[in-house]
Amino acid sequence: MTKNIITPDSNRQSSIVNCQLDSVIQVDNLVKRFGHFTAVDHITFDVKQGEIFGFLGANGAGKTTAMRMLCGLSKPTEGHGRVAGFDIDREVEKVKASIGYMSQKFSLYNDLKVWENIRLFAGIYGMRDKEIAQKTDALLQRLNFTSERNTLVKELPLGWKQKLAFSVSIFHQPKVVFLDEPTGGVDPVTRRQFWELIYEATSEGITVFVTTHYMDEAEYCNRVSIMVDGQVKALDTPGNLKRQFEADTMDSVFHRLARNATRSDN
Amino acid sequence: MSLQNNIQAIIPVQCRSLHKSYKKIQALQDISFEVNPGELFGIIGPDGAGKTTLFRILTTLLLPASGSATVDGYDVVKDYKEIRKRVGYMPGRFSLYQDLSVEENLTFFASVFNTTIEENYDLIKDIYCQIEPFKKRRAGALSGGMKQKLALSCALIHRPSVLFLDEPTTGVDPVSRKEFWEILKKLKQEGITILVSTPYMDEASLCDRIALINNGKILKIDTPENITSQFGKILWTVQSRNMHTLLIDLREHPAIGSCFAFGDTHHVTITNEQLKMDDLKAYLEGKGHADIAIRPAGATIEDCFMDLLK
Repeated sequence: MTKNIITPDSNRQSSIVNCQLDSVIQVDNLVKRFGHFTAVDHITFDVKQGEIFGFLGANGAGKTTAMRMLCGLSKPTEGHGRVAGFDIDREVEKVKASIGYMSQKFSLYNDLKVWENIRLFAGIYGMRDKEIAQKTDALLQRLNFTSERNTLVKELPLGWKQKLAFSVSIFHQPKVVFLDEPTGGVDPVTRRQFWELIYEATSEGITVFVTTHYMDEAEYCNRVSIMVDGQVKALDTPGNLKRQFEADTMDSVFHRLARNATRSDN
Repeated sequence: MSLQNNIQAIIPVQCRSLHKSYKKIQALQDISFEVNPGELFGIIGPDGAGKTTLFRILTTLLLPASGSATVDGYDVVKDYKEIRKRVGYMPGRFSLYQDLSVEENLTFFASVFNTTIEENYDLIKDIYCQIEPFKKRRAGALSGGMKQKLALSCALIHRPSVLFLDEPTTGVDPVSRKEFWEILKKLKQEGITILVSTPYMDEASLCDRIALINNGKILKIDTPENITSQFGKILWTVQSRNMHTLLIDLREHPAIGSCFAFGDTHHVTITNEQLKMDDLKAYLEGKGHADIAIRPAGATIEDCFMDLLK
């Protein structure tokens, strides 16, 4: 795989992307077939360290299948991929240890307290007790959550839960965090606070790979890919995509690409 | 007075001071509103706002703690049997029979309501024809979008006078969401009153009137146009090359009330009318920003919702 050479690009906001050359995710002609059905059809892209990479597509386009392969949960049929430096086919456990994951559907254990959830996930990722204790205090303070340390997660408002879930997913400082529709159903203020947490994480060098159905959130990404029928049909900065498709918003870019999809749904 | 009673008798949905709580959580607090005949009425708010609780009370699946509500003039507590004959309800979670085929599900729902598929086929034709090629398939084996279309067909098969749709577009991609709203527009033309809930603020403008709801309370009820035109604050969009530091710098400015990211611009409200765009531009240049663009803007429903949350 050829390594992209990045030249400083004065047009784009992300200074982080431009000064880092490392690819945290490298995908080369990745394919996943289920019987005769090709769910993911030769996708190729790179994600740089510290980048916010938006992974968009219609329902059924193959996003979830692609993401499962990148997280080491599903074996590719063909092609290669590396995440955090590890092969997604042969070094699955190392991939899993180097990433964080959060989705709207599953994030934290409702019947555990706030501190117990942190302790559980940090323990699974092999962090030591002393480090967990120290970082837990720091995290709760930063989120203004100290008073909720002993609260059961099911008693937290949804917005708090989502913010806590994200913080837990990056607690072990993974190289890359995968966020699967992290803001679904959250109120608009919390949704924006959530994105500010994402910005903070990238400023610490964590790479963010995120799916969303909110097209305004696509604008917050450094680069966006749009999958249609298993293939990556477009990949660029939101600004360039809008110029390319002569559209005012990412919403109309998405409509132009996805309305011709022949597949639908998952 | 009697005329008023007559008009009230045909109001499709009417809630008077509904309350409901689950243990410590106040799910609904003092909910009152009316839906007019043939109206497409949106209940708009995030998860946990009380949307589903409200729908379950109106479809007679849950009892209110206090207050009252009528659907088609019938009381949701006393006349629950009558209401169940008249309304169509599509819950947020897929709740058809997974082991029955597409056709069997539809036939079953038609027979429960003493009707047949043929009798009301014209009403569901546009929706059902898209899944008819798969009518022998088990409902559990359908894709998400096809399940949605089957659920809507089943909710419509007895030609309900009021249709309740609880978050029909949640988790659905923007293209399919648009298609679904096109379907709703057609149903509205058939004279069916529709009450629909959604967490997507951009869907508000597709409704005739909306209720913004949060934490069990209604924040505002009106047409989307009236809500946005009554925003009542100076709103500008601001862009620069570094949108993240721009957000932080804008929030530090004393004449700026609120500042939120909105796609490729930030929306700011101006609390001091003396502030000119050039002043703000000079301030941002002083902070090292480049390619600054400031423009006046109209409020969106999301701006209004966030303002009401304060």
